[in-house]
Amino acid sequence: MYPLEGTGPLGPILPDHPSEFVVGIVLFFIIFFVIWKVIMPRFEKLYDERTDTIRGGIERAESAQHEAEVALSQYRARLANAEEEAAQIRDEAKKAGVAIQADMRAQAQDEASRIVSAARVQIDAERSEALESLRKDVGSMATTLAGRILGEALDEDTRVRRTVDSFITSLSKDAPQK
Amino acid sequence: MAYPGFTLLEGDVPQFGVSAFDSRPLFPSQGWQTCHAATADVPDWCATWQPTWTDIWITNHIFQAVLGAIIVIAFWLIVTNKMRVVPSKVQWAGEYVYNMIRNGVARDLIGPNYHKYVPFLVAMFSFIIINNLFGEFFLTMFPTFAKVGFAWGLALLTYILYNAVGIKKHGLLGYLKLMTVPAGVKFPIILLIAPLEFFSNFITRPITLGLRLFANLFAGHLLVMIFVVGGTWLVTYTNNNPLYNVTGVVSLLFSFAIFALELLVAYLLAYVFTILTASYVAAAEADSH
Repeated sequence: MYPLEGTGPLGPILPDHPSEFVVGIVLFFIIFFVIWKVIMPRFEKLYDERTDTIRGGIERAESAQHEAEVALSQYRARLANAEEEAAQIRDEAKKAGVAIQADMRAQAQDEASRIVSAARVQIDAERSEALESLRKDVGSMATTLAGRILGEALDEDTRVRRTVDSFITSLSKDAPQK
Repeated sequence: MAYPGFTLLEGDVPQFGVSAFDSRPLFPSQGWQTCHAATADVPDWCATWQPTWTDIWITNHIFQAVLGAIIVIAFWLIVTNKMRVVPSKVQWAGEYVYNMIRNGVARDLIGPNYHKYVPFLVAMFSFIIINNLFGEFFLTMFPTFAKVGFAWGLALLTYILYNAVGIKKHGLLGYLKLMTVPAGVKFPIILLIAPLEFFSNFITRPITLGLRLFANLFAGHLLVMIFVVGGTWLVTYTNNNPLYNVTGVVSLLFSFAIFALELLVAYLLAYVFTILTASYVAAAEADSH
C-alpha cells in the first residue's frame, strides 16, 4: 500500500474507517447542543439587556428633556402671567389713584361747598338776627335818643313803630342787595 | 510498514512523513504493534489481521477531534461566563466571534428567520476552525479535517439540514421544484436545466462541501510536510554537495511562509464552510430563485 492511497476504489477521499465519520458527527452534535441550549441564550439575553439599557438610557434622556421643556414652558407662562398681572395691578392702581383723586376732589368740593353754605346760612341767620336786634334796639335807642333830644317821651307806640319802620325801610333800600 | 517505490533518491531515504496521515491508536493492541512495526518483515498473519476496536476508535486523530470539541465548548463557556452589558476583554472576544457568524453570516444570508440557525452555524465554524488550527499547533501538528471522514460527517449534516429546511417549508415536491426549476425558464429549456440543477443542488453541493474542506487541509498539510520533512532531510543529507543542504535551509525557511498561509487557510475554510451552509439554507428557505 502506498501512503495516502486510501483503501477503497475512491482512494483517499474515502475514510479509513467509519469511526472518523461517526465521531465527527457526534462531536458536532455535542457542540451544537451546548451552543444551542447554553451559549446562545446567554448571548441573546445579553443583547436584549444591552438593547434595553441603551433604549432605557435614550428614553430617560428624552423624558428628562421633555420634563425640562415642560418646566421651561411653565416657567415662561408663569413669567408672562406675572408680567400681565403686574401690568394689571399697575393699571388698576393708576385707575384707583385717579378715582381716589377724583373722589377726594369731589369730597373736598362738597366739603367746601358745605362749609360755604353753612357759613352762608349762619351769616344769613346772624344777619337776620342782627337785623332783628337792630330793628328792635335801633328803634328803642333812636326813640330814646330822639326823646332825649326832643325832651318828650315818645311813648305812643304806634306812632313810634311807624316812624322806625319807615326809617329802617329806607335804610334797607340804601343797603346793598344780597 | 514498508513502502515499495519510496527510494527515489539515492541512498538510504528515511521514511518519516510517509505515514503522517495515518491514524495511530493511542493504546495500540499487541497485533497492531506487531503488524505496524517499522521493519520490513512482518509476520504472515498480518495479512488477515483485523485491528481491535480500540485501534480504530481511540486514535490520535479522534482524540484530537474530541480535544477540539472540548476546547470549543470550554471557549464558549468561558467567554460567556459572566455576561456584562459593558463587556470584559474576554467577553468581547467571544462576542466578536459570535457576532461574526450571527450577524455577518446568518443574518445577512438567511434573513429574518436566521435566529434558529445560529447555533448550528456557530458550532460549525468553531468546530472547524479549532480543528484546522490543530494543523499549526505544535503538539498536534495535524489538521483534523485532513482525515476525510470528519469532513464528510459535517458535509452530511449540512446536506441534511438544508434539505430538511426546504422540505419542511415547501413540501417535498415544492422543494424539488424550487431546487430544479429556476423561475422564468420556459418549457423546452427546463428539460435541459432541471437535471443540471438537480445534479448541482443535490449531488455536487455536499460533495464539494466536504471535499473542499478535506482537500485544502490535506494539501496544506502535505505542503507543510514536504517543506519541513524534505528540508530536514536535505539539511542532514551528506553527499559532498552543499547545494542539497542550502536547498534544505531555504526549504525550512520557506516552511514558515507556508505555515502563515495555512493559518489563513484554516480560518478561510471554516468561514467558507459556514457561509456555504448558510447560503444553502437560505436557498432552501427562499420563496423562489
